[in-house]
Amino acid sequence: MASTPLIRGRWGYASITDKIADIVLRRPTHWIWGVGLLVTLLMSVFFFGAMGYLFTRGVGIWGVNIPVAWGFAIGNFVWWIGIGHAGTFISAFLLLLRQKWRNSINRFAEAMTLFAAGIAGIWPILHVGRPWFAYWLVPYPNVMNYWPQWRSPLVWDFFAISTYLIVSLVFWYVGLVPDLATLRDRATSKTKAMVYGFFALGWRGEARHWARYEIAYLLLGGLAAPLVVSVHSIVSLDFAVGNTPGYHSTIFPPYFVAGALYSGFAMVLTLAIPMRHFFGLEDFITKRHLDNAAKIMLATGLIVAYGYCMEVFTAFYSNDEYEIGMTMNRFFGPYAFVYWGVITCNVVIPQLLWFRFARYNVWILFALSLVIQLGMWSERFMIVVTSLSRDFLPSSWGLFVPSIWDVTMLIGSIGFFFFLFLCFIRVLPAITIFEMRELKHEELEGRQP
Amino acid sequence: MSAPIYGLMAEFASADKLVAAAREARESGHPRVEAYSPFPIEGLDDAVGFAGSRVPLATLIGGIVGGGGGFFLQWYAAVIDYPINIGGRPPNSWPAFIPITFEMTVLFAALTAVVAMLVANGLPKLRHPVFNVREFDHSTRNRFFLCLRADAPKFDAAQARRFLERLEPLKIVEVPL
Amino acid sequence: MSELRRTFEEMPQQAVPLERDAAGQPFIRVTRREFLKLSAAAAALATAGCRGPVEEIVPYVNPRLVAPGLPQFFASAMTLGGCATGVLVESNMGRPTKIEGNPSHPASLGSTSVFEQAAILELWDPDRASALAMRGQPQASDALQTALLGRMQRLEQRHGEGLRILMRYESSPTLAAQLQALAQRFPAMRVHSWEPLHRDHSLQGARLAFGRAVEPLYRFGDADVVVAFGADFVGEGPGHLRYAREFMDRRRYRENPPVNRLYAFEPTPTLTGAIADHRDARSPAEVAQALAQLAGALGGGKVDDPMVAAAARDLQAHRGRCVVVPGEALAPEAHALVHRMNAQLGAAGTVVQYIAPICGDVDCTRSLQELVADMAAGRVDTLLILGGNPVYDAPGDIAFRDALARVPFSVHHALRMDETSATTTWHVPLTHFLEHWSDARAFDGTASVVQPVVAPLHGGFSHHEMLAMLLAPVAGGPRDWVRAQWLGNAGDAQAGERWRALLRDGIVADSAAQPVQVAARNGDFTPPTAAQPWTLVFRPDQSMHDGEFANNAWLQEIPRTHSKLVWDNAAYVSPASAQKLGVKSGDRIEVASGDARVVAPVWILPGQADDTITLPLGYGRARVGRVGNGVGFDAYPLRPAPMAWAAPARSVRRIEGEHTFATTQNHAEMEERDPVRRINVPEARELHQKPIENAPEPETLYPGWTYPGYRWAMVVDLATCIGCNACTIACQAENNIPTVGKEEVRHGREMHWIRVDRYYEGSQERPRTHFQPVPCMQCENAPCELVCPVGATVHDSEGINVQVYNRCVGTRFCSNNCPYKVRRFNFLHYTKRDGEPPLDARNPQVTLRMRGIMEKCNYCLQRITRARLETEREGRRIRDGEVVTACQAVCPTAAITFGDLSDPESAVSKAKRSPLDYALLRELNTRPRTTYHAKVLNPNPDVPAPPAGEGKGEGHMVPPTTPGERGGG
Repeated sequence: MASTPLIRGRWGYASITDKIADIVLRRPTHWIWGVGLLVTLLMSVFFFGAMGYLFTRGVGIWGVNIPVAWGFAIGNFVWWIGIGHAGTFISAFLLLLRQKWRNSINRFAEAMTLFAAGIAGIWPILHVGRPWFAYWLVPYPNVMNYWPQWRSPLVWDFFAISTYLIVSLVFWYVGLVPDLATLRDRATSKTKAMVYGFFALGWRGEARHWARYEIAYLLLGGLAAPLVVSVHSIVSLDFAVGNTPGYHSTIFPPYFVAGALYSGFAMVLTLAIPMRHFFGLEDFITKRHLDNAAKIMLATGLIVAYGYCMEVFTAFYSNDEYEIGMTMNRFFGPYAFVYWGVITCNVVIPQLLWFRFARYNVWILFALSLVIQLGMWSERFMIVVTSLSRDFLPSSWGLFVPSIWDVTMLIGSIGFFFFLFLCFIRVLPAITIFEMRELKHEELEGRQP
Repeated sequence: MSAPIYGLMAEFASADKLVAAAREARESGHPRVEAYSPFPIEGLDDAVGFAGSRVPLATLIGGIVGGGGGFFLQWYAAVIDYPINIGGRPPNSWPAFIPITFEMTVLFAALTAVVAMLVANGLPKLRHPVFNVREFDHSTRNRFFLCLRADAPKFDAAQARRFLERLEPLKIVEVPL
Repeated sequence: MSELRRTFEEMPQQAVPLERDAAGQPFIRVTRREFLKLSAAAAALATAGCRGPVEEIVPYVNPRLVAPGLPQFFASAMTLGGCATGVLVESNMGRPTKIEGNPSHPASLGSTSVFEQAAILELWDPDRASALAMRGQPQASDALQTALLGRMQRLEQRHGEGLRILMRYESSPTLAAQLQALAQRFPAMRVHSWEPLHRDHSLQGARLAFGRAVEPLYRFGDADVVVAFGADFVGEGPGHLRYAREFMDRRRYRENPPVNRLYAFEPTPTLTGAIADHRDARSPAEVAQALAQLAGALGGGKVDDPMVAAAARDLQAHRGRCVVVPGEALAPEAHALVHRMNAQLGAAGTVVQYIAPICGDVDCTRSLQELVADMAAGRVDTLLILGGNPVYDAPGDIAFRDALARVPFSVHHALRMDETSATTTWHVPLTHFLEHWSDARAFDGTASVVQPVVAPLHGGFSHHEMLAMLLAPVAGGPRDWVRAQWLGNAGDAQAGERWRALLRDGIVADSAAQPVQVAARNGDFTPPTAAQPWTLVFRPDQSMHDGEFANNAWLQEIPRTHSKLVWDNAAYVSPASAQKLGVKSGDRIEVASGDARVVAPVWILPGQADDTITLPLGYGRARVGRVGNGVGFDAYPLRPAPMAWAAPARSVRRIEGEHTFATTQNHAEMEERDPVRRINVPEARELHQKPIENAPEPETLYPGWTYPGYRWAMVVDLATCIGCNACTIACQAENNIPTVGKEEVRHGREMHWIRVDRYYEGSQERPRTHFQPVPCMQCENAPCELVCPVGATVHDSEGINVQVYNRCVGTRFCSNNCPYKVRRFNFLHYTKRDGEPPLDARNPQVTLRMRGIMEKCNYCLQRITRARLETEREGRRIRDGEVVTACQAVCPTAAITFGDLSDPESAVSKAKRSPLDYALLRELNTRPRTTYHAKVLNPNPDVPAPPAGEGKGEGHMVPPTTPGERGGG
């Protein structure tokens, strides 16, 4: 399979460059793009409208209550941040592992990371009771002479998420610089040239620059790799540090990271499959790419499945009445349908990926990617809500029922995400041009992995 | 003597030609050789005599500063500046300080890496003589350029041009200042 | 300084103590801070615009330093069903903000029921009538006098023919005197009484048994065995607070306590049933049968009913130290029977004594029937209705409204423009008891003076002033009349002192009624025991009483003790009956009785007798105010006059439609987690024999903090808790806790800082009910603090887990991490809710919380601080018992102990050393400062465990000090 080329067909440096750059610079876009932009724009409007209402009324407009004080907001936060992880994984891990096939997908995967992480970052602010004081999580000298409470996982989280956002942004931008230079030099209008030129920082591809550039990029990859692991681990600590049965579990960090990549790669496929089709990029994002992504989904999916089993096992092995109670509640309680839904979406159906035909059939893959994302969102709901709804004292057990606003904001955020992505496709090269040239070069040299 | 120039530039069609050219130029004693390519080319940096970069060192220092600072901030706030009983935990709950320490390490290291790279490369630099060459636009597409800088000691334009011609470039141009 | 005096002169009601203080040492040193406080206070007063009453009133305790910001307490009394409960009213800058019980009052002993607590909200209710009205149209304040003037003359010529007065149970001697005077002026006038929750049956029973109407007075302190027949003596009726205390003082577990035993037969779960050692759910007919059987058994007859038999043996074994308590709902014959049994058992004269009826020997039902007959016959042309709301609460078969419509001149003198006011020609606003002078007697006859603490907020006047309008002009005002009632017209200094003392203490010394000697006649008293297909049981709603509190948001939102329902009443049925009707909770049934039909939503209540439907009275108000209008259903129309408490239903059928209830507790089982630990007396004795060593705390990694100063802690004794909710509402009043409304409660957002959990043990039909008050546990290793990102909840130096409101950003992680779920969150801006009390009614020492903020119990930090300030001024430590939390103060059975652990001799330290002491969810190692004493039960081994799945956990002891091991985690 190594023989199947990463770039299909006869492409030269020039044609590759023109092909990809023209998506941004010349080629009239597919009408579907415009439709998509409109629809997602509308959804975004709902998202921000609901946000406005939330800020005026308070979080009471949601279904949250005591005991279930955390609801959709936190679930959505974890889900989005998880989706983001695939991008960093692709650009960092696969870079370190010299997986050349990453080159054609890492650019838009990183963009996906930025948008997902950015949207994830909004949720905690929406979640808190007094959003206008959310900045109190930041350490800064203040008249109250007071600091954040460093023992709280939420503070760790704040640092993790902001670090993650900054580093991803830098990583992505650094990767963009040479391509920005390309766009600068091929710009059709003066203004475009100015703008791209400005952001290209005056890149001129001098040998020494390339040398330092590659080192720095490699270092960034090396730093982003542990970062991506740490971020979701810390997110998982938001729960694991708590004592609620269903939260308080040592398996959470690895299990959350796997889950993150699982949903992340699903999102990569959700984006890649339509994009390669509508922008005719089948030669750069080949079926082999999809196949690899599918394999990673399968692997991470199995880790997640293992996590589910271990949770049940430890519950009964510990013989802790509360853990057992929580597990039985997941199995048969009022939210049982969520649990079994999760099992179906994340464990049962994805087993299709064992089969080559499924991995090479874009329709199946696309459907699967959606199923898995649904499953992963439900998993977050299961963890956040089901656990809280029945904890220690039977007297305080209670149910959570999402309100119309919970749903509106979730869907709205999804719309906003795709809106951002559609814009991105038209403004920046969705595939790293210079790395494709490099690939071509290596291919000519016959030094292809 | 004509107007002062930045250097002489030769345009090539392939990466290998450029590497070879750069190596020859160095061997024939041209101290200031610059090579431009649309993508990083293995070996080109030695060819132009690149000494090696101190970016990694900077990154290491950045990481240490970030991590140390991160931990100190927490320790100072929780132990010295505002010690208070939080759930019966000791003021210096150092295990709880680790995650932020780690994040700060990564953040500072990453930022230093990039800044160091830019500084060392002298970027951003929006104006540069090579951009005055019209053909140079192709350096980000499919062309490879070798430039002998005029500010090199005992640079002789005529001799340089003769040298470049021997390399059979597609084209030779003067890079005006 | 002059500045200062003026500030004070703006507070007339404080003039008295101040002058006294001024006479003594210079009464105040003004630091800059205090001065600012004063000016602020002055401003507050100006804006508040409420004055104290014009006359001099006397505070209960004379504070050494009367400074603004320090509340004052004034003794007064609140009457319910005619009988008084002594209260101390906390007044902040002239604004009554909180009510405490009056320790020296026999009916209070320092505690109150939920109603006294809620009276504050009643006072400040913006929906109270504020203007004199004729046919709903506002009138000039003197309009009534002019209208009355001519009328009185004409009436006088007719000697008062056609003049009627309808009032509630009244024990006010002053009022009695006025009525006498009135009777002299109008000999032909007639006075009627109607109290919806009347005591007709017991009075008739007494007439049957003794030939005269008397009321029983119990001394539960002297009773080893108590058998209650449908009697909720700890939960309701005059004196229930006192009874609860006396009964529970014998349950309070000491080394070798004189434990008592309680048997309860009742149709519907009550607090008394919940604390009984043996309780059985029986329909009213079955209760009567059981009573008859018991009588037989005491007469030496053979009984098949095991529980009755056991009770009989127990009673006989404790002659002279036992008592049988009849519920008001029993038929008069049953009451008579009980009186005779108590005589046989030697209880009469010792454990139970008899006094003349506090509110006079009246038969409400007959009295009202006569009035209505006369009104219908047009024999009434002037009707004065003093308080009450007969149009709403008259029995279904007494057509009061129609009759009233035929009275040409009728006046309704009440707090609100209600259903009755809508039918009378005139409505006269009545002053709240905190606004007027009066007097009243307690259940045992002890008299109190009702002392106003604030000038009428909405104008209006008291019954005394009302009656005065019909009388020849009398000198002075209501205060003078009351004073004259108790001191004659003596004006000398010594009389003045007595008056002061009387006002200060809140009771008239040795005014208790003398027991009367009565002998139970022989005669065959056989209560009706005919079983009915469906029996309707009428009971006052635990929160609405007879309906007068329907506009009180605090009471609406207090969970009913057993069902935990709020903002609703429901038709309570047993699980079996529900099956029979084919209904589940929330379905609706139509109940018919007489010619009335009422549609009511069903709630399935474990422990309810089969074939009985309990209908709480006091709901379905049409005109009470914004809070209470149209809430719940009105059961009065179904209530027949002759069978006021239990009547056969003509038909009961399920009808379409669903009703959504709001309840504060969804799960009733303990799930083997035993949050409530139970122990029987013998085991408890054993525990006490063993050397007391509480199990070692679980291991911890943390070095642990030291608390050099005070270490506040609390112990809640589940053996004495009766689950009456007083703590919850007292806390609400003290800490400015908002109500959230039915919808929000349905979402699980109630705000109570101390909740009372209710658990069932055993079978659905015959459950044992356990109550457990749950405030914040003030854990030393508080999980909530650990996870707060901004340090908005932290430990103070005395070990209290404090919530810093203005630091809170509202992540709600603390609530997730609280295993006890005692934290409450302002999901919306609840304090701005409609129906919330005005700012003036708030406790000025407690911040109001905005939306988005977490809040919870903090051991009444403001009270601790107040005590600290005072003692620091005196340079001493706070003494044990000097800080009393709101919940502790109000608790009728003193089940809550609070104090300083650093003092080994403090009550709380001693309590913690008890082997019955245990920490809730101890295995989580949160090290709570609040702990519990196991519930002690004293079951009779002769009584076979009831059938049906019981025995599971029944009587099963979970040793309080077992360290539960928590694996995993």
